[in-house]
Amino acid sequence: MNPSTPLPQIVDYIRILPEIVLSIFGMIIMLLDPLMDFRPTHARKSQRTLGVIALVGSLAAIAASLFQARYPGTAFWEMVRVDSFSVFFHVLIAAVTAIVILSSFEYLDMQEIRSGEYYALILLGAVGMSLMSSAMELVLIFIALEISSISTYVLAGFRRRAAISSESSVKYFLLGSFATAFFLYGVALMFGATGSTNITVIGDALNSGKVSLLADVGIALMFVGLGFKVAAAPFHIWTPDVYEGAPSPVVGFMSSAPKAAVFAVLLRILFEAHAPGRVWLIWITAALSMTLGNIGALVQDNIKRLLAYSSIAHAGYLLMAFAALPHDGIPSAMFYTASYAAMNVGAFAVVSHFGSAGERYVTLEDYAGLGRRSPLLAAALTIFLLSLIGIPLTGGFFAKFYVFTAALEANLVGLTIIGVLNSAVAAYYYLRIIVVMYMREPREDVPLPRIPLGLGTALAASLAATIYLGVLPGHVLKYASQSVADLVR
Amino acid sequence: MSNIPNLDGSILSLITFIPLAGALLLMLFPRRDRDIRVFALVVSLLTFAASLHLPVHFQRAQSGFQYEHDNVWIMNPNIHYHMGIDGISMWLIVLTTFLTPLCVLISWKSISERVKEFFILLLILETALIGVFVSLDLFLFYFFWEATLIPMALLIGMYGHGRRVYAAVKFFLYTMIASVFMLAAILWLYAKVGSFDFVTVENAIRSGQVQNFSSAAEWLFLGFFIAFAVKVPLFPFHTWLPDAHVEAPTAGSVLLAGVLLKMGTYGMLRFNLGLFPEQARRNAPWIMVLALIGIIYGALVAMVQPNLKKLIAYSSISHLGFVVLGIFSFTQIGLDGATYVMLAHGVSTGALFMLAGILYERKHTYEISEFGGLATPMPRYATFFLFIVLASVGLPLLNGFVGEFLVLSGAFQAKAIYGVLGATGVIWSACYLLWMYQRVFFGKVTHPSNQSLPDMNLRERTALWPAAAMALVMGVAPLLWLNSIDPSVQNALAPFSQLASRVAGR
Repeated sequence: MNPSTPLPQIVDYIRILPEIVLSIFGMIIMLLDPLMDFRPTHARKSQRTLGVIALVGSLAAIAASLFQARYPGTAFWEMVRVDSFSVFFHVLIAAVTAIVILSSFEYLDMQEIRSGEYYALILLGAVGMSLMSSAMELVLIFIALEISSISTYVLAGFRRRAAISSESSVKYFLLGSFATAFFLYGVALMFGATGSTNITVIGDALNSGKVSLLADVGIALMFVGLGFKVAAAPFHIWTPDVYEGAPSPVVGFMSSAPKAAVFAVLLRILFEAHAPGRVWLIWITAALSMTLGNIGALVQDNIKRLLAYSSIAHAGYLLMAFAALPHDGIPSAMFYTASYAAMNVGAFAVVSHFGSAGERYVTLEDYAGLGRRSPLLAAALTIFLLSLIGIPLTGGFFAKFYVFTAALEANLVGLTIIGVLNSAVAAYYYLRIIVVMYMREPREDVPLPRIPLGLGTALAASLAATIYLGVLPGHVLKYASQSVADLVR
Repeated sequence: MSNIPNLDGSILSLITFIPLAGALLLMLFPRRDRDIRVFALVVSLLTFAASLHLPVHFQRAQSGFQYEHDNVWIMNPNIHYHMGIDGISMWLIVLTTFLTPLCVLISWKSISERVKEFFILLLILETALIGVFVSLDLFLFYFFWEATLIPMALLIGMYGHGRRVYAAVKFFLYTMIASVFMLAAILWLYAKVGSFDFVTVENAIRSGQVQNFSSAAEWLFLGFFIAFAVKVPLFPFHTWLPDAHVEAPTAGSVLLAGVLLKMGTYGMLRFNLGLFPEQARRNAPWIMVLALIGIIYGALVAMVQPNLKKLIAYSSISHLGFVVLGIFSFTQIGLDGATYVMLAHGVSTGALFMLAGILYERKHTYEISEFGGLATPMPRYATFFLFIVLASVGLPLLNGFVGEFLVLSGAFQAKAIYGVLGATGVIWSACYLLWMYQRVFFGKVTHPSNQSLPDMNLRERTALWPAAAMALVMGVAPLLWLNSIDPSVQNALAPFSQLASRVAGR
């Protein structure tokens, strides 16, 4: 920035309004937490109060994002830009946050987790994620990435009594910091190559002429860092262990919201900065993620690990869009992020409810006969799984459909074939869960708590989103297509 | 009445979605099994009544699609809610709505657990099946095509017999993986034509506007073909069928053999012939050989089955071979026959499965060796069974004869050897069905416990009478059906006119 730039205006603050709202609510929770009465008799009520405040915070963030949409433009010396692209991801992240908070209400009681820091960390993590989607400055992206990552590292270890949860947290932290370092190194090299850390400036520089080797390496390193965060192969090794140990709602959260944010960053870096050598880098990562993810999932008996491998595979499908041409690739990637978030958060909401105290019931066997014991829960999970398979009338179908057509338009026939074959393989392990739920004898020794209001709302919301995206995908896709204009100039 | 023109536009939607609406209402029902059964029966009868509107008001002279309804569903991709029928799909719809009430009746007692879910699934399945036949948008077609899988697999997996889970998963994976190839072909066409509309795509292909079509056509043809061939099932893709049938509950078997298999042959007729006539003709020789293998192999395997239901399942493979043979003979008479066999097989094999189910309800086994001399304790049952067996064998004046005769005439016109080999299938079917009949019904009662088997009750007879009557009517008055099938077949054969003119002797 140069010295003559004016001081921030009101409108600059509006352009980071959702982040401000989330931070304020996060801090309110932190402040209230020590003042609340957590003796056993009152604990439930206090927990719930904090939860509702967090929920209001995330809903307020959705409202703030929608309000913000009326003020497109850059803020704070072009560090942040509000456009329809960023608004899309802001709303998505805040919505995921709201659903996760809803599904955490009962979960925290069940697992006896103190809620103050939990809700605060989720909201503060959402701040980082939101910021990522609107940041135009690599350094700001890095900071936002750290905000989001650090809160998820802590959240992963929240089942303090379970060793597996601490393991998950430490593993995530160590590997995650390593990956962030890669990203930072890439930023430094990019700065060396182009003399700027602003994505627009970098885009102009890379677009104008010869691309230096330094920039190539910079892109590759940044990609490694971000690839780790979205659990794309070959940077995916941490995923199953971390997902297995972390609290289920948190897994639902960190497999959708931060991923969406990182995909937003990737879209900006790859398309807006005209990153060189994009197609082959993505081609290989996408093919590897799909294949390794699906093969890994085939042999899992723990449903959380299974969904972890499935999330690796889905990152692969999604990455296919990044190899496509901008006008097809960007909207399809955005659509995919949204529908994946809907079905995945829903699936983890079911898992977290069913897991019961200490998350004991997370193997496939425990789900035997669920269709008979709790038709509603089983039907909900079935729809999420069908959407993950990509059966028509669910969001998952159109997500895959758009990605595959985008890849075909870009003549990536080989990659599309790999993708199609992979989705056929994937059907097997998702179906296994459905088969177990409906076609096995019920296991009466597995407790089946009633569906509480919070979880019910969360399930209903994610079901509605999954089906809405499957029946009337037009609206969201149209919106996503409009934002291409903001991204590619 | 002033609302008649409106009805013509929406009658197809109505027929398609009455069962679904019924299923949704059923979800809200309390778990009183009797009410649920009655309600399911009423809904399925209502659907049948509505579907009768189609043949009554069908313009027989007019070729092309009727009762069309075309709305934009999704802008991007360009998906239309486009429905319409011709003489071929119309009768398949009526077959579906005809069989469903019978399925409800036949499941009245045999399904005693999770009754509500059963009838919900059955009605959803009916919607999906009708949807397959009314869709004129490739995407809509694919959607309904896949949608049939889930309720069917659940019906097999939840209400089937011993190895039901294995059979359900096998069924699902086989058909699902095969239809992925069809999806790929549909997407390729969409990428080039920019529309999923069947008529638009067809015209674009015929006028040669599709880029790179000549190089891709072979693959597209195969993409569609493999999905349909697995469904039919054509040899060697048939291995899922016996498992699925043996394990499925009776109603599942009836709809599986009666309608689901026809989705495959209908798809071949509509898409493989309609969109890729040249490739169809080029590939016809090996497809007809596979069909012939299916006819003969299916019959031979049926002959040695110790299990009644497996026998009927293999007989389906044999009969469906006739359909494929007729379709790929590219003759008017062959296609007429193929369509007719589809309908006739739906009625008679549906009835055979119902009869097998009735026996299973009493003895809980399908092993033929467990029976013998059943004609003594169950005379009514034996009569119905004989009647349906004869229909299935192809006795003149019953429904099986008409279709098979037409198919074989068509096959002869295409190439004499196909006709000769195909004709042996008729003999084989007489062998295995009559031999089975003899072992089950004739002679002395071999097992004392069978001495006291109750004969068919009123409900069971109510389920069988319509099928038996239909078998007779279809055998005596085939023109009732053929005069609306014929123009549509002519239409389907238009691109083959060169070939068709050679067989003008009809």
